[in-house]
Formats: sequence, C-alpha cells, structure tokens
Amino acid sequence: MIEIQKASHRFGETEVLSDIDLSLAERRIGIVGANGSGKSTFVRLLNGLVIPASGSVLVDGLDTRRDGRAIRRRVGFVFQNPDHQIVYPLVEEDLAFGLRNLGLRGAALEERVTQALERFGLAPLRKRSAHLLSGGEKQLLALAGVLAMEPSTVVLDEPTTLLDLRNKRRIANALASLDQQVIMVTHDLDLLAGFDRVIVFEAGRIVADGAPADGVARYLALMEA
Amino acid sequence: MLGIYHDARSPVHRLPAGAKILVLIVGAALILSESDWSRLAIAGVSVASAFALARIPAGVAVAQIRPALWILGAIFLFHALIGEWRLGALITVRFVIVLALASLVTLTTRVSDMMAAIERALGPLRPLGVKPATVALCLSMAIRFVPVLSNEAAAVREAQRARGLERSLTALASPLILRALRMADSVAEALHARGYDPEGLEPSTTDEPPKGAQRPASD
Ligand SMILES: Nc1ncnc2c1ncn2[C@@H]1O[C@H](COP(=O)(O)OP(=O)(O)O)[C@@H](O)[C@H]1O
Ligand SMILES: [Mg+2]
Repeated sequence: MIEIQKASHRFGETEVLSDIDLSLAERRIGIVGANGSGKSTFVRLLNGLVIPASGSVLVDGLDTRRDGRAIRRRVGFVFQNPDHQIVYPLVEEDLAFGLRNLGLRGAALEERVTQALERFGLAPLRKRSAHLLSGGEKQLLALAGVLAMEPSTVVLDEPTTLLDLRNKRRIANALASLDQQVIMVTHDLDLLAGFDRVIVFEAGRIVADGAPADGVARYLALMEA
Repeated sequence: MLGIYHDARSPVHRLPAGAKILVLIVGAALILSESDWSRLAIAGVSVASAFALARIPAGVAVAQIRPALWILGAIFLFHALIGEWRLGALITVRFVIVLALASLVTLTTRVSDMMAAIERALGPLRPLGVKPATVALCLSMAIRFVPVLSNEAAAVREAQRARGLERSLTALASPLILRALRMADSVAEALHARGYDPEGLEPSTTDEPPKGAQRPASD
C-alpha cells in the first residue's frame, strides 16, 4: 500500500507536481497523460528516486525520505529504455546483479537466477550477450531482473514505448501473469485492459482518477483539445 | 575482443578466472620479450591447441584477430621498408599470439567471473580506500556499454545523414556526448533502483539518491 500525502515537486521555478494526495492499493493501476505532465516524476516518488519538495510518500508505512533502501526492496522499477538498466554484458550476469545486491551468493543466487530466467522464457538466452537481444527480450530481461528481487509492487515507466507490437504483447502477457501490484505509465491504451484504476495527469495535477474507461476517455479528450 | 563470451563446456571454460588472467599476464610478458622463433612457435601452437580444447570454432577465433590485422600489417610494412623485416615479423607474430591468448581468456570467461577475481585481488587494498566491488562494477559496465554507445553513435550518424550532414567527427561528437551524459543519468538511477549500494550491506546513515536520480529521463 502506497500513500502520497500532499506531495509537490518542483525543478527550479516550475512546479512539476502540485499537491498530490492519493493512496494506491489496487492491483493494476495505469498512469496516463501528455508528455511533460509529470508522470515520470510522479512514479519516481513511489520508490524514493525522487523525494518530494513538500509532502511525503509512504510505502507500507515507511517514508521514502528516510527508508529509501527498504522501500526499493518493496517497489521495483522498470524504465523505458532497457539498455540503460542492463548493466552486465551477459543475460545471466545481469539477472544476478539485483540479487547480489540483496546479499545472495553461491548456490542460492544461482537457483534464483535460473528460476527467474525460466519464468520469463529467457532460459535459452542465459549465456547470450545482452546487446544481441531484441528490444522485447531486453525489456523482459529488465523486468525479470526486477521481479527476481521479489518486490511487492512493480512500477513501470513506459516499458513498451520503444517496442514493436509483438514485443509489446510479450511484455503485456508477462505483466498479466504477475501476482504483484503493477503501477504503469503508458501511452499504449490497450495495455490498460483489465486494469482496476487509471489516473490521468495534466500539468502536474490529477484531472481524472477512477475506472479505466473513464480515465481513458478523459485522456483521449485531453489529447483532442 | 571485449564482452564476447563464447559459451561451451570445456576444461578451459572451467578454469578459474583468476588463473586465466594470471596466465594471460605472465604469458604476454614472456611472449612479448621472446626472440627465439622456435619458442614462439611452441607458444603459438599451445595457444592454438587451447582454442581447440575450448571448442572455439575457427571462424570465431579468426574474427578476434582480424580487426588488428591492418595495424599489424602496417607495423610489419614499416619495418620492412627500413630494412628490418625480420624484426617486423617478430613483432607481428608476438602480437598475434598475445592477442589470441587475450581473446581466448575473454571468450571462455564470463565478465562477472573475471570481475570477481579482480575484486578478490584488490581486496587487500581496501584499507587504502580502494573499493574493489565498485571498481569491478565500473569495469563490467564499461564493457557492457561499449555496444550501447556504438549503437547511439550509429543512430546519431544516421539522423545526421538524413539531414544531409556529411560524416564528420566533430559533428558526431557533441550530440553523442550529450546522449551519453543523459544515459549516464538514467543508468545511475537504474543502479539505485536495483538496490546497488557501493558500501555493501553495511547500513549507512544517509540515503540520498545519486545526483542523476533527481532527473527523470525525458521523453
Ligand atoms: N531534472 C529536471 N530538471 C528540470 N526540469 C525537469 C527535470 N525533469 C523533468 N523536468 C520537467 O518536469 C516536467 C515533467 O516531466 P516528467 O515527469 O518527465 O513528465 P512525463 O513523464 O509526463 O513526460 C517536464 O516539463 C520536464 O521538462
Ligand atoms: Mg516520462
């Protein structure tokens, strides 16, 4: 359960988020809005990558201002460009990275790596160089790397923007199978099918929040204007 | 030569990374100072047999050396022109053998294993302020990001050509550096999000995100 209490954020003079007050408890939450409306800044509040200038963000009662490390174990984050979050040359090495940060070593580490690779259909690519993977495979690897750490929430910031249709589907299928809470920024409205809640951002404020159909309609209306 | 692990089951793959690095360092020193042709021949045959033992296909092996052939050819030619063709041949052959040996090590050793060995070797320097895990991560990332950066360079060049800009190093450099800096920001953010902590598992009093983390990647 994530609670955002009267959070505002500014970069220099411009206010990027204004007075956001929310609690996020649903299993599937979509975030939509125009470019520059503050979506990325908002989701970065959720695991303490951005600390709000005022107000606070609580994850299971822990404050991002103080308990960043514990919170990042609970809230995994998948970025838009997988090339920027894969840090080891080989698939299995990169998968092991986050797990080693959790303190796993040796056989236990090996076992978790194998599990995660198998779960996402990456086992045949295990010894492959990450740069030889397709865009969709890279994003699956990024997702697998985050989920291997067993967070209770996964935040994704436009995970399919750089992908073609087939790879979008692979990511969508992988996401659909997760037990975790999923909070996703996206411009791919069909990814929001089956979601519980959609939040619409406009110029740093929430202008709609509720059933996906309503949120999507509001977003489309904004885009027409 | 970097980051092209060739997966196979072989005794060479199974050798500890530290041992392979040691063989490489000692072997390179010996080979580069060797002037006796028969000993060089033995070294060459040994390295070639090690390739066979490691089950590296000939094509892959040759591909490691090929990019260096131009430079080696030039070196040989230069020596031949000044009448030192024997010396030129010697230098060229030494380099080919050492290059092959180095390639063999990178082809049969995962970067993470190599880094774990380097991390252990640097361990005793910890009291001097060296952070072995950080050094190892930096080296791994340098290897990982070579192809990423070269993709970025290709993208910039393509965009420039589409706008009729001719190939020029200066025109390439500034957009590429900008991209690299932006990328560094988001990589720093990703490391942080994935739980990386250079101090290991020791609890620390401050928990500031890295500098780059305050800036979401723009889109
Ligand atoms: N580090 C930064 N410095 C200054 N302005 C920023 C920074 N990061 C984001 N912004 C600005 O904040 C606004 C919201 O950005 P962002 O959260 O990335 O929006 P979105 O993800 O919805 O496109 C934009 O106007 C953007 O230019
Ligand atoms: Mg964004």
